[in-house]
Amino acid sequence: MASEVHNAHVESLALREQFDTEEQQKDASTLGMWIFLITEIMFFGGMFAAYTIYRSAYPTVFAIASSSLNVTVGAINTCVLLLSSFTMVMAVRAGQLGQRKMIVFFLILTLVFGCVFLGVKAYEWTEKYEEHHMPGQAAFHLEGTPLQGPAKIFFSLYFAMTGLHAAHMVVGVGLLSVIIFQTMKGKFSADYYTPIDISGLYWHFVDVVWIFLYPLLYLIDRHLPK
Amino acid sequence: MSGHVHEHIDSTKTYVVVLLALLVATVVTTLVAFVDLGNFSVVVALLIAVCKMMLVALFFMHVRYSTRLTKLVLIGGLLWLAILLLLTLTDFATRGWLNTAGK
Repeated sequence: MASEVHNAHVESLALREQFDTEEQQKDASTLGMWIFLITEIMFFGGMFAAYTIYRSAYPTVFAIASSSLNVTVGAINTCVLLLSSFTMVMAVRAGQLGQRKMIVFFLILTLVFGCVFLGVKAYEWTEKYEEHHMPGQAAFHLEGTPLQGPAKIFFSLYFAMTGLHAAHMVVGVGLLSVIIFQTMKGKFSADYYTPIDISGLYWHFVDVVWIFLYPLLYLIDRHLPK
Repeated sequence: MSGHVHEHIDSTKTYVVVLLALLVATVVTTLVAFVDLGNFSVVVALLIAVCKMMLVALFFMHVRYSTRLTKLVLIGGLLWLAILLLLTLTDFATRGWLNTAGK
């Protein structure tokens, strides 16, 4: 009896003192992450609301400005991000199975895809800068419309939304680096891989935001002759 | 005490199928944007995006296996997002109705 009481207070990563069971601890971590993600939904939601209002106010300018974005590069980048989500969930699966080498392998792949996405994003932004499509540039000019003000609104939204998304990607890359390091040090096993699972939720969330950003920014009325 | 917390481990095949579906949906949404659907093009684009979101949430984020509480929080969050978007839009959509100076 005495030893049982003693055992109940032995802490492990999978079962901290304040939890009754490992399952309860895991559920608490997952719920906590989801609540954070809800605040993120509201954070991005404000931007989507602003986007909706201005797009409904200036549909033609938004279509022209949207068509100036490079749709091929955008589509490829979307696929890169989806691939990274796949490798992320495979890393979580390796965590469930306790296969450390596979966790590291898939996390590094995820990291690489994430960096490729950010690199392509940087390339696209440079292109926009060189085309004088960046609001704030003295030489700002969007071809094909006299309404330069609303065109600036589109590109302000474009840079703000993709910028905020990219900032989240940078945070994600940081998270991945930390858990790759921790996995290599042998911190995780099939009994405890919560940080990988939770980081995965964050990574997939950022992916979902892009799933909406891609059609809303790149694919407005592409059929119209410009 | 060393019992596995996660009882559900999806097969690699499941994840590959979900990934392929997501990639196909990306190609479809890109191609359909070049087709003249009038006002419906944004509806189609958003429908495809919602389907992709569901796939990522249900499979990659394991919402299928989440606790009821987590699901409730998620639905609650989406409800708040809907309030944010809809109430803002009711304002902007109806400002012209009263014909008040300065709207």
